[in-house]
Amino acid sequence: MDPYALKTLNAERRARRAAILVTDLGDGRDRIVREGDQVAGDLGAAIARAFRTGNSGSVEAEGRNFFLNAHLPQPRLVVIGAVHISQALAPMAKIAGYPVEIIDPRTAFATPDRFPEVALHAEWPEDVLKRQPLDSYTALAAVTHDPKVDDFALKAALDANCFYVGALGSRKTHAKRVERLLALGASADQIARIHAPIGLDIGAASPGEIAVAVLAQAIHAFRSRGLDASASAPKSKSILEKHDA
Amino acid sequence: MENSIYLDEARDPLIIAEGWMKDGKDVAIATVVETWGSAPRPVGSHLVIDADGNFHGSVSGGCVEGAVVSEAIDVIDSGKARMLEFGVADETAWQVGLSCGGRIKVYVERLG
Repeated sequence: MDPYALKTLNAERRARRAAILVTDLGDGRDRIVREGDQVAGDLGAAIARAFRTGNSGSVEAEGRNFFLNAHLPQPRLVVIGAVHISQALAPMAKIAGYPVEIIDPRTAFATPDRFPEVALHAEWPEDVLKRQPLDSYTALAAVTHDPKVDDFALKAALDANCFYVGALGSRKTHAKRVERLLALGASADQIARIHAPIGLDIGAASPGEIAVAVLAQAIHAFRSRGLDASASAPKSKSILEKHDA
Repeated sequence: MENSIYLDEARDPLIIAEGWMKDGKDVAIATVVETWGSAPRPVGSHLVIDADGNFHGSVSGGCVEGAVVSEAIDVIDSGKARMLEFGVADETAWQVGLSCGGRIKVYVERLG
């Protein structure tokens, strides 16, 4: 392995960015491909698939045998609001493989009693997200129903290109939210990425059922990353970084 | 094991390999590139080895690591990568004991 490739790969992994190490098993040469880099042909298609699924494997392309080792950050879920829905959502998401953090400055809601075994922050989103920024491998669900708590986090999630952004509230509530987010400087395209009303339409009624709808929607967003042209993955000019082994 | 959103730096094979490299050590990296049947570690798993035979990570449930380490020391000497195959049908593998019934292919290369 090229020492520079290893350093680059570890730096990407530390920064919670996806990268694939592409190794030509014939001659041992390797290179790092970052998410959003354009790679042509069959190899490019296999790379895109590996970014989406996170699965590593061999691929025949251009008469050569390549090994793709996909390194995807652990996807996670940040929930704004320590409400009844969150109490159901937190354990479900954890079981599905998405670590959860809950943020709510209202100390009556954010109690360890109501949220055992969950990373819980009884603080304003502004303060928590400064320490632990959102990123494109984070899903954000805003469920407080309170603009004072939700709005900042929603804008931050759009700016960080979170793979999923959902907000609780009726269409009417959301229309008012759109106005406020526009005033905060979010673009119409960004705002269109918000899933509101939140959750897949499965007729969910109880908090537990709404949690299922939200989690399913977040998983769908994660597993269909890059399939939608409007999903704005950072574009890179470079074709491929190539290094001799 | 709990999924962490950050790397477990103390146990991450690729982070350890980079540290060894910075310390001036010769290092080999072994990677599971293919599995058949009930292989214990998924494709992409790493075992990293230094020239003294120290290692971190795993490519199986402990069944073939010993054999991979000794091959890796040869790879560090020669600089030539090797593809190793272990499985119950394989005489050598049977000796080193991949008892789960699966088969794995491990690519061993020198770092640098």
